[in-house]
Amino acid sequence: MESLIALLIAAPLLGAALLLVGGRRLDRVGHWLGTLLAAVSFVLAVVLFFDLLGREAEDRTLSQHLFSWVPVADFQADVAFQLDQLSMTFVLLITGVGTLIHLYSVGYMEHDERRRRFFGYLNLFLAAMLLLVLADNYLLLYVGWEGVGLASYLLIGFWQHKPSAATAAKKAFVVNRVGDVGLSIAIFLMFTTFGSFAFDTVLPNATGTSEATLTGIGLMLLLAACGKSAQVPLQSWLGDAMEGPTSVSALIHAATMVTAGVYLVTRSADVFNAAPNAQTVVITVGAVTLLFGAIVGCAKDDIKKALAGSTMSQIGYMMLAAGLGPLGYAFAIMHLVTHGFFKAGLFLGAGSVMHGMNDEVDMRRYGGLRKHMPITFATFGLAYLAIIGFPYLSGFFSKDEIIYAGFSKGGGQGWLLGGVMLLGAALTAYYMTRIMLLTFFGEKRWQPDANGHEPHPHESPLSMTVPMMVLAVGSVAAGFLFNLGSSFEHWLEPVTGIAHGDSPVSHGMVSIAATGVMVIGVAGAWFQYGRRPVPVVAPTGNLLTRAARRDLLQDDFNHAVLVQPGNYLTRGLVYVDHKGVDGVVNGTAAAFGGLSGRLRRVQNGFARSYAVSMFGGVVLLVAATLLMRAV
Amino acid sequence: MNPENYLFLSALLFTVGACGVLLRRNVIVLFMCVELMLNAANLALVTFSRMHGNLDGQIMAFFVMVVAAAEVVVGLAIIVMVFRSRHSASVDDASLMKL
Repeated sequence: MESLIALLIAAPLLGAALLLVGGRRLDRVGHWLGTLLAAVSFVLAVVLFFDLLGREAEDRTLSQHLFSWVPVADFQADVAFQLDQLSMTFVLLITGVGTLIHLYSVGYMEHDERRRRFFGYLNLFLAAMLLLVLADNYLLLYVGWEGVGLASYLLIGFWQHKPSAATAAKKAFVVNRVGDVGLSIAIFLMFTTFGSFAFDTVLPNATGTSEATLTGIGLMLLLAACGKSAQVPLQSWLGDAMEGPTSVSALIHAATMVTAGVYLVTRSADVFNAAPNAQTVVITVGAVTLLFGAIVGCAKDDIKKALAGSTMSQIGYMMLAAGLGPLGYAFAIMHLVTHGFFKAGLFLGAGSVMHGMNDEVDMRRYGGLRKHMPITFATFGLAYLAIIGFPYLSGFFSKDEIIYAGFSKGGGQGWLLGGVMLLGAALTAYYMTRIMLLTFFGEKRWQPDANGHEPHPHESPLSMTVPMMVLAVGSVAAGFLFNLGSSFEHWLEPVTGIAHGDSPVSHGMVSIAATGVMVIGVAGAWFQYGRRPVPVVAPTGNLLTRAARRDLLQDDFNHAVLVQPGNYLTRGLVYVDHKGVDGVVNGTAAAFGGLSGRLRRVQNGFARSYAVSMFGGVVLLVAATLLMRAV
Repeated sequence: MNPENYLFLSALLFTVGACGVLLRRNVIVLFMCVELMLNAANLALVTFSRMHGNLDGQIMAFFVMVVAAAEVVVGLAIIVMVFRSRHSASVDDASLMKL
């Protein structure tokens, strides 16, 4: 069984290699080949899953040592994999949702002449993400981490002929790089502290290590997680990443990439458990991001950017839960999986809408689409109900558990976290209802585009709607299944541990409160967008709305605080270089040049002037001789 | 008469000769100035011979005269040849050391 683990990664990697190296002769079959290999990986994952299920809870860890990568004295870097409950959950999510997105892309990218290349990148993305979650040490995890960064860069900038897409890809890459520095420093610290970076050395030894070191490692890991998972302060790339094809957005937001940060924090549970200060920072980052993303999501008119704000906010929930320690790890992962279903469903639905609307993304130009796209409407609607936490759909279970875990933190902190998360839940209901109403309800508001083509909204082909249906079923059922007898918690318990705090409020009360704020959010959105016609041109709005439309000034902040000082610094250095360094070098050369120019004139070719120098020399010699005599 | 006065005369003659060599352009004058310096030196040698009461300086002066005579022969020949080829007695016209 162990030998199957490497095949999980090998299948999509082979696909990427074939599709990217194979050339045009694979153009006709490339997309099916890519989808097939993703599906092979999924089938292998299911086989391994049932194998794990058949074992005792303590034995559910498979490991495979492939080869020794860098064996140098004390430094042992192996290419070895570890498949435990946590990795398994991720592998199923990545390959399952990933395969559905592959299938969807077959229809979505049908008219793109670079479709083969697109599928090559998608496969590469899956392979890198699988490597990330299957690695048994931080160095190999880092390889996958960078692979994910590369693949996201290639995919976000897939339509590279658009300058905005190229810029967005660059931005995502650069911001991620900031996070990657954190991961490298964390690995350095681990190596100096533990002499190794394998999970089975670092994690069990974490408890006996000084708290300051662990806090340092934890904060660096958090920085890395912030970069990949688009958490404040490294969140700015996520909105721009919507420049990529919609299926890429679905993949990034649901199955790969942004989930990597949550995985990293959960995987490093032992480090964080022993460093309460680092945990507090994780919670703070999660809480801030969850409100930040929700506020941005409320104001955007671009359907994909509104959903991107939503992702940021939901990942904030997961980060917060992961920061709570054993109270929340299991629920962070549970929310991650349910979120994977409904967010992929939402993005694929958004892609389907855009497909039928000539790639229009402004929701103010949609309206009334439920009649034209019944399947998209139904699947999007189910995912919508799941994300706002409609009772007994998947978001309801996972989000309530996180809110309850927040309250369980105890004391004023518990009330604060619970309150923030309930506010976030209300905002979630508000912005999702807004998207729903603007897109599928009301009057038709679309107009002919610049070329005079009026959109004719139509339902998408089966290859696109089938994945949406599957995801809709997942959005509905996943939470219920996971919550059945707390099966999900118990499944993850050997890896993440489990704890129950004493919450000041009961589970039922949290559910009622969450449902209450959801109703308030939905009602708020209905009053604003459902009751009366929606203007096609967005009203100016108040100060907060305008700030939220500009992503709460994140880019302005980055520009003012990081880019401008950087520019001034480089300008200053260039000035010093030109005037100082170059001045010294050029000045020396000029001085010698000038001096030699003057000295050259002494050699004028006239015998008399040479005679003068001889005469002068003799006079000097005689004078010197006389002087010596006199002394 | 104080023999030192001859030394002063010698120095004066040498200076005149040197200045002539350095400042004049006419090759004949230049040549004469060289002779002037040689003879100034001879005068100094003879004076020293007189002052020290031995004949070394006088003998040396004879050598100088012989060499000077030989030099005059060669130098005048060169001057004549240069004058023939260039129709000029100016040393600057014959300057070929710097292109």
